[in-house]
Formats: sequence, structure tokens, C-alpha cells
Amino acid sequence: MFSSQISILEMSYILASVLFVLGLKKLSHPATARNGNLWAAGGMLLAIIFTILFHKKDGAHIGNIHWILVALFIGTVVGWLVAKKVKMTAMPQMVSLFNGMGGACAALISLMEFPHIPAELIGRHGMLNGETFTILMGLMIGSVSFSGSMIAFGKLDDKIGDIKTKLMRYFNLAFLVLLVAMIVFILLMPEKPEMIWIYLFAALALVYGITFVMPIGGADMPVVISLLNSFTGVAAAFGGFLYNNQAMLTGGILVGSSGTILTILMCKAMNRSLLNVIIGAFGGSTAGVSDNGDKTVKEISLSDAAVLLSYSQKVLIVPGYGLAVAQAQHLCHELDDLLTSKGVEVKYGIHPVAGRMPGHMNVLLAEADVPYEKLTEMEDANKEMNSTDVVIVVGANDVVNPAAEDDPASPIYGMPVIKAWEAKNVIVMKRSMAKGYAAIENNLFYHPKNRMLFGDAKASMQKLIAEIKNL
Amino acid sequence: MDDALRFFYDNREAIFIIILSIFLGIEVISHVPAVLHTPLMSGANAIHGVVVIGAIIVMGHADNILAMVLGFIAVVLGTLNVVGGFVVTDRMLEMFKKRKTKN
Repeated sequence: MFSSQISILEMSYILASVLFVLGLKKLSHPATARNGNLWAAGGMLLAIIFTILFHKKDGAHIGNIHWILVALFIGTVVGWLVAKKVKMTAMPQMVSLFNGMGGACAALISLMEFPHIPAELIGRHGMLNGETFTILMGLMIGSVSFSGSMIAFGKLDDKIGDIKTKLMRYFNLAFLVLLVAMIVFILLMPEKPEMIWIYLFAALALVYGITFVMPIGGADMPVVISLLNSFTGVAAAFGGFLYNNQAMLTGGILVGSSGTILTILMCKAMNRSLLNVIIGAFGGSTAGVSDNGDKTVKEISLSDAAVLLSYSQKVLIVPGYGLAVAQAQHLCHELDDLLTSKGVEVKYGIHPVAGRMPGHMNVLLAEADVPYEKLTEMEDANKEMNSTDVVIVVGANDVVNPAAEDDPASPIYGMPVIKAWEAKNVIVMKRSMAKGYAAIENNLFYHPKNRMLFGDAKASMQKLIAEIKNL
Repeated sequence: MDDALRFFYDNREAIFIIILSIFLGIEVISHVPAVLHTPLMSGANAIHGVVVIGAIIVMGHADNILAMVLGFIAVVLGTLNVVGGFVVTDRMLEMFKKRKTKN
């Protein structure tokens, strides 16, 4: 029914939607990104305030205002503190955590709305109606997003390992079929089922979220988070559909679709398909393990490495996921300072997907106060490679794999890489000869120019710095 | 069949919005540089926190203790999503800005 308040509320929703769109648009350009985030936040604030003030259901205003404000206050304070306090390196975990909160919120809404499905609707065709479907979908997607995000959070925080068996694939598929079957089952019921069915459905969706993320490698979590992010968007949109709420609908769908595209873009940057990431096995069994029987790996001692670096003119540091895991970025900067004070020109070669999260290395090194000018993009680093004396590869693997250039059979063939082997010397800092995330052999390790410095990136770096100081 | 058509008719505006928003979402971010993937993901993450509006509506019309408690939790979680999401994104982007000025 028309009333001036409803009209104002709808207007605020339109404005909020416009701000969401403009915010996203601005977020995709470096110069305007920060503003874009604020615009979207402004839209959100607007939508929340006007909902509390003007929303009406069957003529009744929003009640329980005190409790709503208390809940908003708690969420704001806790969210703010957590987000402000967390270390820069733990950002992906935080995104995952907050995403999970949104998913849980959507699932709870569905859970509470289920008992309110109007009786007249059920009278017509039993449970077979749009409202039931919307509620069940919101419940399922929200639950999967919640539990999946929590597992992703745990994996990034190194609290949960991977389960990599082929069995999981079939298990998950069966699980998905079961969930869909349950939706159909509930839809076909002649009257409203006991809530126990809904709780059971929610519980199964929660378990599915866990088993969905478990087999996916820890290094691929950013892609998974992006995917779950778009899931939560869709769950929010189902809520919007349920309430005929335009702000929720546009906000949710926008995130759902842009999140999906973003997920695909992330996969593309790694030269992989989304399916490949989800299935979680990267051809590890067959591809690229051809002939490594007769190849030898040379090790370098700490003192040799220290001498080599100290008397070089130009050194390029290529960081990777291992640097992030070992939290060695500050030591990296220390090594850089030490060498620079000895007159060595030190730069960093940043591969766009190093760390399996675009921009990961930039953020890490910025946190360690490495000056921006020292970070060179892959193309520029490759141009100067011939005149570089030493390339130090710290915890990176696939992004320096020559197979991407010269082995058409390799799964990463065609992915642009940093051509470390074109420099005069290469030192690879690595924990072991284990394969990188792509689970393929890296011929750089056997390259005549390369020598390995085994050990945890942080420990090795510490020892190396001490060694150089002692020279 | 009639009911399916009726469902479509009753919800035609929402379906319209959904379909156009899908294209809009794709269009808006299709030329994003790789370094911004993570902040963009985080920003989008905050935007779907709009689900908190649904939580506010549910709680605003809750009529029993269970609904009140669940609604309260939902509002808290949704707010966490919104506030945490935007603040985390801002912190990520702050880094980009800092390095720009040094350049």
C-alpha cells in the first residue's frame, strides 16, 4: 500500500543500489578504489537506517528496536576491532570469516521465515510454491557458504589441513544430489513438515560446505573464498526475493555475478579452470613427472650464498607463497637493506599471481615497508634478467617454472613466468624438493645455474643475514 | 503450468531486476587489474552484508523468544559482515595509497 514512508524507503533502496554499483565500479580502478569502498559503505548505512525507520510489514513498524540497536552495536564494535587489529598478512582469512558471517545470517533468516509460510499458499498446492523454494535455497546456500568459509578460514590460518583423495569427489557429488533431492522432497510434501526436517536439511548443507572445501588445497583458498563470496551474494538475493526487498536483491545479485566473474578471472590468472580448482587435483599423478632420475640438484652453503650476494651488483628477489607462510617479509626487507648498504642493487620481481592471491606479495612487502619503487612487475623484471647477477627465489615455485615456456605437455604451459634461469645465478630457498601447488616438477631446480638453499624461508633468511653481517 | 506462469507474473519486477543485475555485475568489474582482485573481492564481500536488512526485518517482527534470539544473532552476524568487510577493504586499499604517495 502506498504511504509516503514506504515511498521514501524505496527511494533509499534505489539510492543504495546505485551506490553499490558505483562503489564496485570505482573499486576496480586503483586510483578510485578507496572512495568506491566508502561509497558502497554509505549505501549500506543508508539502507540500514531507512529500513529501521520506515519498514512496515502488515502495517506494523519494526519492533524490538532496542535489541536491534544492541545487536548492531555489538556487530559494529566487534567487526571494527577485529578488522582493525588483524595483521595485514591475515587479510584473506578475515574476508573469509566475514563472508561466513553473512552466509550464516542468510541461513538464519531462512530458518526463521520457514514457519511463516502462509497457510493459504500451502492450501493451494502443498509445499510446492516459490516461497518455500526461495527459503530452502537461501538456507542451503547460506549454510554452505558459512561452513565452507569457516574451513577456508581455518586452512588459511594453518589450523586445518587438506584431505586429498579422489573419494571426496564422488562423496561430494553424492552429497549435492542428496541436498537437491531433499529440496524436491520437501517441495512435494502436501503440508508444512515438522521443523526437524528443516534443521536436518540445514545440518546437511553445513556438512556439505565442509566437505566441499576440505579437498581443495590451502593455496587455492582465495579462489574458494571468492566463490563462497558470490554464494553468499546469491543467498542474500534469495532473502531479497523473499521480502521483495530491492536493496537486498540488487546488492546480492551484484555480488553474486561479479563474484563469479572475479573467481573466473582469478583462475585465469593462474591459467586454470574453476572446475580444476574445485576438484582440487592438479594432474599431479600424470603430467610432468616424466624423467627426473638422472637430474641432479646442487645445494649452496650459507657462506657461499652470503659471498655470492654480497659481491653481486644486481639482485632480484622473487617472493612466493612460501614467503607468506613463513612470514619472512620483514627479514626479506632486512636482507634487502643489508645488501643495499653494501652497494648491491636489490629489486623484487612480482609475479601477478605469486602467493596464489593477486596482489598478495605487494601487500605483504608493503607491510614490511619495502619501498614501492623496488617492486618490479614480471615483464620489467624479465627485461632486466640478463643483467641480473643473482635471483633469489623465496618460497615461489610454479611462477618461476621454465616448463611454462618450453614444455607444451605441462599443465602450466603458456602461463607467463619470471624467467629466473636467464639471470647469471639462481638461489632457490625452499623447504624441500616438494612440488609446488601445481604438483608438477620444476626444472629450474635442476638448472645448471641454480643452487638450492634448503630450509624454512624465515630460518634460512635469518641465517643468511647473520652470515652476510659476519663477512 | 498455470501456477508457474502466475509465479512469474507475480514476481516479474524482481525477476527483471535479477537478470539486469547479473549483467551489470559482470560488466562493472570485467576490466579490473589483477592487483585489485583481492580488495574487490573484499569490497563485494561487504556489500552482500546487505543481508543484515533481512535480519533486521525478521527481528523487527519476531514474536517469540526463539525468533528473538535467532534474529539477534543474525543481526550481529550480518553487521559483522558489513562493518568488518568494509574496514578490512579500506585497510587493504590504504596500503595501495601509501605506496602511491611514496612513488
